[in-house]
Amino acid sequence: MLKTFPSGGIHPPENKLTANIQIGHLPVPESVTIPLSQHIGAPATLIVNKGDYVKTGQLIATAKGFVSSNIHSSVSGKVNKIDTIIDTSGYRQPAVFIDVEGDEWIETIDKSDKIVRDITLSPEDIKKRLLDSGIVGMGGATFPSHVKLAVPEGKRCNILIINGVECEPYLTSDHRLMLEKGEEILIGISLLMKTLKVEKAKIGIENNKPDAIAHLTKLAAGFKGITVHALKLKYPQGAEKQLIKALTDREVPSGHLPLDVGAVVHNVGTAYAVYEAVQKNKPLFERVVTITGKSLTKPGNFVVRIGTPISRLIEAAGGLPGDTGKIVSGGPMMGKAISNQDVPVIKGTSGIVVFPENESEREESGPCIRCSKCISVCPLNLEPFLLMKLSEKGLFERAEKERITDCMECGSCSYTCPAHRPLLDYIRLGKSTVIRMARERNLK
Amino acid sequence: MSSIILITIISLSVVALICAVILYFIAQKFKIVEDPRIDEVQAALPQVNCGGCGFAGCRNMAEAMVKADTFEGLYCPVGGTDVMNAAAKILGKEAPVADPMVAVLRCNGTPENRPHTSRYDGASDCRISHNLYIGETDCSYGCLGNGDCERACMFDAIHIDPATCLPVINDDKCVYCGACVKACPRHIIELRKKAKKDKKIYVACSNCDKGGPARKACKAACIGCSKCFKVCEFGAITIDKNLAYIDAKKCTFCRKCVEECPTGAIREINFPPRKPKAELQNETVNA
Repeated sequence: MLKTFPSGGIHPPENKLTANIQIGHLPVPESVTIPLSQHIGAPATLIVNKGDYVKTGQLIATAKGFVSSNIHSSVSGKVNKIDTIIDTSGYRQPAVFIDVEGDEWIETIDKSDKIVRDITLSPEDIKKRLLDSGIVGMGGATFPSHVKLAVPEGKRCNILIINGVECEPYLTSDHRLMLEKGEEILIGISLLMKTLKVEKAKIGIENNKPDAIAHLTKLAAGFKGITVHALKLKYPQGAEKQLIKALTDREVPSGHLPLDVGAVVHNVGTAYAVYEAVQKNKPLFERVVTITGKSLTKPGNFVVRIGTPISRLIEAAGGLPGDTGKIVSGGPMMGKAISNQDVPVIKGTSGIVVFPENESEREESGPCIRCSKCISVCPLNLEPFLLMKLSEKGLFERAEKERITDCMECGSCSYTCPAHRPLLDYIRLGKSTVIRMARERNLK
Repeated sequence: MSSIILITIISLSVVALICAVILYFIAQKFKIVEDPRIDEVQAALPQVNCGGCGFAGCRNMAEAMVKADTFEGLYCPVGGTDVMNAAAKILGKEAPVADPMVAVLRCNGTPENRPHTSRYDGASDCRISHNLYIGETDCSYGCLGNGDCERACMFDAIHIDPATCLPVINDDKCVYCGACVKACPRHIIELRKKAKKDKKIYVACSNCDKGGPARKACKAACIGCSKCFKVCEFGAITIDKNLAYIDAKKCTFCRKCVEECPTGAIREINFPPRKPKAELQNETVNA
């Protein structure tokens, strides 16, 4: 019997169209736009000026405060301007525009293909290297990794959990990375283990990726303390708390962090980025992105420089199909439809899914029939129908008591609702209002 | 047999008497003296419980009015001067004089002015759409058109016009309770002083972006060019964050700013039609 998290969850069609397509390299575009806020936390502070020549991998913005991240140039060339760009939500935010000239990398990066196995750096140095290299969580949440590795005094971490679940339908970037860069990922995990001073690391992979499970299990035999675990297919298993429950049977209480049960979770993509940063001295300026969709002629997985417009990625996949209804950045469950194709790929862009018109339409919503399907699929045992009603009516204090802030916005409730009610839409509204209310209360 | 009935009646009567005495003393002890004027004032108020005065309902407002020494800060926009005078008469206080106001929409993003660049198919709620993304157009300040203001209005004074996708405010029905102002997540509805014959001149735009992006998103956007600011002789216009604002208290309705505005962001409403420029020129020539 394979392990999984106990309550809730759904089984959306997998549609992993690109699972067998090797990771390719997207050519460096003529110009890139690199936003200054690609992570959770304060936007980075710019340190280059208009007209400056920058090399690939050069630091262009420094972290502002502890929860923030460095940003590096993903290309070599001239800083054309510092202006605002339209982000995935359509709002403007500051970004650096760089016109590409050649591809000159900074000298410190080890460009060779050779796998560096020896771990020479001390935990403190590794942490510093990750901060310097601008490593953030690559699963999509983009939480700065060095913050997760800084275990506060009085708390103890005894297990590292590596998320290779990739439970979002369509996306395959982590899957391909595990197959093609397995050893690098395992070295990255060893580095994380050393930094956290833990003896044990568990990699969780859903059993729809048997090749990745077999490959990593074979490789992990050569690494001390790392084990690979196949998990039963269920969305949202890639969520931090659900994965911890599935792999260790520890339950993170409401309002607490995984560290409170002695666990730290990192994504396989992050483990690979850690390997590159520490062993190859390569800052985070490119990532693997899945570009997929049923009507695309050449879907695939590509290593893309940060700041490349999404339109270039779509071109590489054979151009935008005529019947396109929606372009979603991220997975179909938790991703966000974009309103503009010039939006750049950022550190958290794990995939781009192009939906044909007939699949992107939302059904008309009807009245709630109290079937309680939303309650049964909620992985956090919340009552989505109630939370929706409360935020619709503006009863935010009550919604707070009903633990609306626990919601991780996985969308299982909206997916399963037979009346197609916009449950998550309203829960998001309530959640953001409650968070704002709590912040104002704390200020007083 | 009869003695049993007698004992029962007597004992029950004694119990009843003791209870009555206890109840009497409790009632005396916990007596709430309520000012009878509260009821009177409440009766004088419109009793629609719209919350326009800032209180939860008319009863709360009436209590506050009775308690307060003066009516400062207390005003029922729905009832207006008449209701305030009536309440003042009951309480023997002086009624405040407030200018009647009217809600105006500081956006003119019709589909012609502001082309749609995406389609929103989420829940029809401005708050959600505002939280989620910029909206169906490229303007991050303008009307989202999902009708939160329409639903908030208790007086049937505001409706979304399907042709322009913008709310239209009925000046006669609007009681300036401010419910729509609170409901709008983009804060584009403003309460302005009501002028004679419902004349209005205001900047129908809330876009704080620089001229270029603002103009790109909407043809009728205020680009912060300051032309109106320079032409205004009465100091009624201020420019803040690339956006002009006309102070209704200082405005004399001379309409010079309307002529000057290059994008037509300043709107004039309920004015008699102007003579065309050619005619004006002819007149001066003839004279």
